[in-house]
Amino acid sequence: MPEITYFSPDGSQTTLDARDGDSAMETAVKNGVKGIVAECGGACACATCHVYVDEAFTAVVGGAGDLEDDMLDGTASERLPNSRLSCQIKMSSALNGLTVHIAPKQI
Amino acid sequence: MDDRILIIGAGQAGLQIAVTLREEGFAGEVTVVGDEACGPYQRPPLSKAYLAGSADLQSLELRAAHFYSDEDITLVTGETIVDVRLAEPGRSDGCVATATSGRTFEFDKLAITPGSTPRRLPIEGGDLGGVLYLRSLADADALKARWVSAENVVIIGGGFIGLEVAAAARLADKTVTVIEAADRLMARAVSPITSEFYRVAHERRGTRVLLGAQLARFLGDAGEVIGVQLAGVGPAEGEIIPADIVMVGIGVIARGELAELLGLENIAGSIVVNEYAETSDPRIVAAGDAVLMPHPLGHDGQVRLESVQNAVDQARVAARSLMGVRETYRAVPWFWSDQADLKLQIAGLSTGFDQIVERGSQASEKFSVLYYRDGQLLAIDAINDPSDYMAVRRALHAGAQISPELAADSSIALKTLITSGEA
Repeated sequence: MPEITYFSPDGSQTTLDARDGDSAMETAVKNGVKGIVAECGGACACATCHVYVDEAFTAVVGGAGDLEDDMLDGTASERLPNSRLSCQIKMSSALNGLTVHIAPKQI
Repeated sequence: MDDRILIIGAGQAGLQIAVTLREEGFAGEVTVVGDEACGPYQRPPLSKAYLAGSADLQSLELRAAHFYSDEDITLVTGETIVDVRLAEPGRSDGCVATATSGRTFEFDKLAITPGSTPRRLPIEGGDLGGVLYLRSLADADALKARWVSAENVVIIGGGFIGLEVAAAARLADKTVTVIEAADRLMARAVSPITSEFYRVAHERRGTRVLLGAQLARFLGDAGEVIGVQLAGVGPAEGEIIPADIVMVGIGVIARGELAELLGLENIAGSIVVNEYAETSDPRIVAAGDAVLMPHPLGHDGQVRLESVQNAVDQARVAARSLMGVRETYRAVPWFWSDQADLKLQIAGLSTGFDQIVERGSQASEKFSVLYYRDGQLLAIDAINDPSDYMAVRRALHAGAQISPELAADSSIALKTLITSGEA
């Protein structure tokens, strides 16, 4: 199971084993990681699961799709080059060790 | 503060009340009781990814099983509360709720999130096998059980649920008919412009859409539905449409049993709450689909909102009220509906609009409709246009404006047109 580490806005750090195919958002929410709101449950409809992908992983995670790209334009926290909606990052062995920083403001 | 809080209803709202209580530092007992067999799960994918087979049961759960023990939340499933006794002044015994099984739950404070149930269709043949509704996981499993072998799918009701299932059925290459009594699709949720776009878009994808159509009966053979007969008025009068599945999606009604039991003010089962999610009994809060509340943006009137957004945001307010923190419920309502490759996103409530501004291109299936009243921005329907959607959502959230005159120019990004304050 791929491992993922979340840095929350309050400075806390959580490392979880993700289920293959689950998104980085689902993994966080189901396990109670604070800071990811994810109201729409992963439909790319709310832009409240905004994360910054650690530089070491931006290439392997890849960029946002068109829809996500538009949604990222409206995030509550500043959009940076490594911004992604975590509901659109599907966990797999290729992403083992992924580190993301949760955006401080989601709504 | 170490009260015992009981939450009756284990849907999105019930779970969120428990989560917020813990996030806000509530240290007392928290018990969530639900009548379904499994713990809190996401309903929206039931008519989308779950039906299409791209989401499994585990992916639907809102929290992993260990979350509840980690957070010291007692989750009780498969229990229906049938009696609630509240403490009387001067009596030493406390509040207790009793389930059908006889199991009892003592508590000091109560939250109810009863949710809603599909409106049933009283019609000849309505109890045939294969006549299905879609609200719960059990409903979705019943639909899935017939899905693969079904060739002809008839949808009664052209709302979100019906059209989502219709789109999924077309993607699975089934013969699909949508029968709607009103003269347009999604009439409660969107403008005629959006309705007409969706009619054409669904027909373009091979679905037959009948508007203004009346049903005569469902036809069966050996207890199983085989067809839908239209009434002798309207389009396709008297026609019999073959059906292996009839999915009825004609709206939901609030589950009002608890409100009646508790003597709470309600209108046809919808529990009346104030801006703090408090019911007519100040000891009891309520949230979610079954609640009638003051307009969440401070406009006139009361609204009932059937949405994940409302369930979550109102639950947060309810949880804080339980902890003695009164916070006015203010939130921009938003909704979404994924129908095949059409992503509909709605922000705000368009009720009472007197002006519409259309942007983008219907032909390219990417456009948006902005709603105004007295020049003030009310809402948006955005079709495959998350950028416009987010701009309006943010503007409404900030109490800001987007000039209707400027918005009409599709070449200008909406987000650059947001101006603070009054128009």
